[in-house]
This record gives sequence, C-alpha cells and structure tokens, in this order.
Amino acid sequence: MSENTNSVSARNAEYNEYVNTVTPRTSIPKALFHSFTIGGLTCVIGQAIGDIVKIISPTMSKDMIGNITSMILVTVAILFTGLGFFDVIARQGGAGSFLPITGFANAMASASMEFKTEGLIFGTSVKLFSVVGPVVVNGIVWSTVAGLLNLWIMGL
Amino acid sequence: MSVLKKSKRSEPQSLSIRNSDVLPPPTGVSKRQRVMRFFNTPRITGRMSVVGKKESKGPAGKYFQRCETDDKMGEKTFERAEIRMFDTAVRGAVRDARLEIEDIDVMISGDLLNQMTTSSYAARDIGVPHIGIYGACSTMTEGLMMSAALVDSGYFSNIVCAASSHFATAERQFRYPLEYGCQRPPYAQWTVTGAAASVVSKNADETRRFPKIVMAIPGLITDYGVNDLNNMGAAMAPAAMDTMFTMLTQSGFDNDDFDLIVTGDLGKLGSDILRDLMRKRGIRLGQNYIDCGNIIYDVEQKCYQGGSGCACSATIFNSFIMEKLMNGEYKRIAYLATGALMSTQSCYQGETIPCISHAVIVESPYCEPKQQKKYNQ
Repeated sequence: MSENTNSVSARNAEYNEYVNTVTPRTSIPKALFHSFTIGGLTCVIGQAIGDIVKIISPTMSKDMIGNITSMILVTVAILFTGLGFFDVIARQGGAGSFLPITGFANAMASASMEFKTEGLIFGTSVKLFSVVGPVVVNGIVWSTVAGLLNLWIMGL
Repeated sequence: MSVLKKSKRSEPQSLSIRNSDVLPPPTGVSKRQRVMRFFNTPRITGRMSVVGKKESKGPAGKYFQRCETDDKMGEKTFERAEIRMFDTAVRGAVRDARLEIEDIDVMISGDLLNQMTTSSYAARDIGVPHIGIYGACSTMTEGLMMSAALVDSGYFSNIVCAASSHFATAERQFRYPLEYGCQRPPYAQWTVTGAAASVVSKNADETRRFPKIVMAIPGLITDYGVNDLNNMGAAMAPAAMDTMFTMLTQSGFDNDDFDLIVTGDLGKLGSDILRDLMRKRGIRLGQNYIDCGNIIYDVEQKCYQGGSGCACSATIFNSFIMEKLMNGEYKRIAYLATGALMSTQSCYQGETIPCISHAVIVESPYCEPKQQKKYNQ
C-alpha cells in the first residue's frame, strides 16, 4: 500500500515539475514597468488634485487636503468601476492599480455591483467585503500588533 | 463477455445496417473493459448552439447557429440569461430534429453552477422529464454517452442532451466579481458563454442520414496532483490522456482511423501537455488532433490559453464538427471533453484537482465499414 502511495506521489511530483517547466510565466521586468507606470500615474494624479485643492483654498490644513484628495480618487475609481473600464486598466497595472486606495475602492464597488441581484441585505451587504475582507482583517490585526510593540518598546 | 450480453438484449431489427456488423471485436490490453459499444445505432438528429458576442467573433464564429449580442439578453440577472440561452438551445435542437417538445422523452443536461440551477430551471420551463448530470466541462460527452445508452437499450426514442456555461455566472462562482481589477496569470482560461443541445434519436428510416454514436468510454477520475485553480489545462491533460489511450487501445480504432480527435477545453497549454503525455505512451497525435478551447477564441481576443466551460466543447461540437459530419467531410471523430471536478472550497483546503474525461466516437452517415476487413484477416 505504502509503495503504491509513494509511486503516485513520485509521479505527481514529476508531473508538477514538468508542468512548471512548460507553463508560461509573466515577464517580471514588464510587469514591474507596467505597475510602476500605473501606480505612479495614480500618485501623480493624487498629488495634482491635492495641489489644486491647495490653490482653491489656501487656508485648509494638510490633513484636510489629504482627505479630500483620497475622497476624489475613491469616487473616480468607483465611477470607473461602474462604467466598466477599471478592470481594463487593472489588467495592465497589476499591483500598481490595486495597492493604492483606488484598488480598495474598486474591490468594494465591484463586489457590491456583482451581488446586487441577491438584494440589498443578502447580496450587497453580506458580500460587500468578500474581496477586501482580508485587507481589513489584516489591517486591524497588524496595526494592533504594531501598537502593542510600540507600547512595549517606547511606552514602558 | 459484455458484448455477448448486449447483443442478446438488443431487439432484432429489420434495418439492414447495424453497428454490430461493422464494429471490430473488442481487443483489450487492460483488464477492465471500458468501451461501451452501441449496436442499435443511436443517431444525433438535431443540434443547436447559442453563443455570446465574444465567441461569435472567434474563428468558429460563422458556424454557430445563433449569436447573442448582449451578455444579459435583456434579462435581470446573468443567471436568467444563461437559462434563456439554454432554453433557446434545447428548443432549437428539437426543432432542428423536426420534432415537438412533446416527442422528447427525457432531457439529460448539466451546467457549471451550484445545484445545476440553470438546467433544472430551464427544464421547469420546457416541461420535460429531466436527468441532471454534473461533469464540469465534460458534461456534453457525459450527456451524449448516457443518452446514447438509453436510446440504444430501447428505453427511450428521443432524448435531448444539453450543456451550458456563462462567463459572468461562472466567474462569480469560481473567481472574483466581474468588474474587480485583477490580473490573470498567462496560463488562465476564459469561460465560454454559450449553450448547446443535441437530440439523440433511435435508428429509423427517416434518421438514416444523421451521424451515429458508435462507442462511448466513461472516464476514469485522474489526479496528477495539480492544485492551481487557474491551471486547468495541466490538471485535465492526464485525464484526457487516460481516456484517449484507452480509446486507442480498446476500441479497435487507431490514431489514423479518426478524421478528427477533439478534446474539450484543455487550451493551448493543456493540449501541448497532452501531446507530450501521449508521445510518452508511444502515440503521436498528428494534424487530426484539435482542442476546442484552443480554437474557439482568436489570439487577438486576449483569452490567454483559450476557452473553458461546458459550452466550450459543446458549442463547437454542435456547430462546426456536426456540420462536417453531416456533409461527410469528417467520417469518424472522437470527442473527448475533459472536466475538472473541484470546487473553490476544496482548492482552498489544499486538495488537488480530480479530473475526468469521457469519450464519444461519432461516425458520419457516409462512413464506410472498412474496419471489418482488418479484423477478418
């Protein structure tokens, strides 16, 4: 019996090795370039929005400008998702499009759109965080860990 | 042994041409006989394929009977759209066979969604007895095999078998929301939007001009330890290899006897792997081997390795291949659809992907019974 299992696992390992050699991979320099371009562009647009807001009302605090900039970026991302061309950009951008705040907005908006057909409660409300859930959970967990470490090292 | 039983059971018929006269005796290398031989010549008398917009722009686009331009088809949800597409395919196939819905004894169908809602809901609207089957992407061959068996044994005279899949519904169930911007790996495949149905009828004078199902091989669940949800081609290739090897060793036909050996949805990568696997077993797949997933989309359409889903091979079979069988361009074809029998949960729990491949051998009405000579010598 064990001999049989061994031969099967050996065969599987051999096959998986073979599959890895023939499976096409994403070219890393190209992907890096694309995500750098898209991510960088998002940041440049964000900075531009911030600067414009600063020109419009010079008395506004820095935090407030940051908030307004993120709000505008999120709104635009949701609008793009709804109009159906965010995923076209994201297919090129990769990490460059999902790491900034726009990616988070897209993930929530797309889930809420997708599950709208099951109703507001059982569809949209239940599935709203289906994609971004891990981001929220890990954000909370690791910020708690960071806070505790901070308290332990600096506070005592 | 099984052959003797079968020929005893089959009723004596007045028709002159019967498969039992032209088929070679079974010659098996494996102990298990897996080939089902149909001696009463069940025939595929009706067919219909409905596809979405993207598929209609592909290389096989002009062969499909109906192309939907809107993915939602005016319905509220994508699920309803799939049901409607399924309904159109079944009714179209029945009409193509010059029959009424009342003449259909049973419908054998399946799809990709949980609890097979598409086919059950469509069966509710159509109003025929329904046998639901789940073979993932291999549903069409499984349906053809079972309907041929039921018709051959004389239980029913007209059976419609159908399969459908929809990009949007499958994507939601197995992957991410549609508009979510994620990058697919270059080895991913694209679920085909479409539905197809065939009517299998018993042999009679008026069905003499239609292609016949001569053999079927139920697949063996094969698992070579691939657990990447996106790499379906690599997971399914061993299953196709197993069934194809059984077919070529046990059916009495060899590689050159087929005008076309067609696999379901292995895609470009999977069909290359299958060629390699078969070469290792000493069989060289030549020009007569194609893969439906590979030919349904153009390279320009950015579908990575090609199409997948129940409808992928079902629509190609019911349009392009059946047309060539009807006019005698292809004399004998082997149709092996492959299916990956996983769920999203099982993959996240670290299980590997078990795969299956059923084979159906279909002959054109113009096919010459050349095999007998070979075995009488």
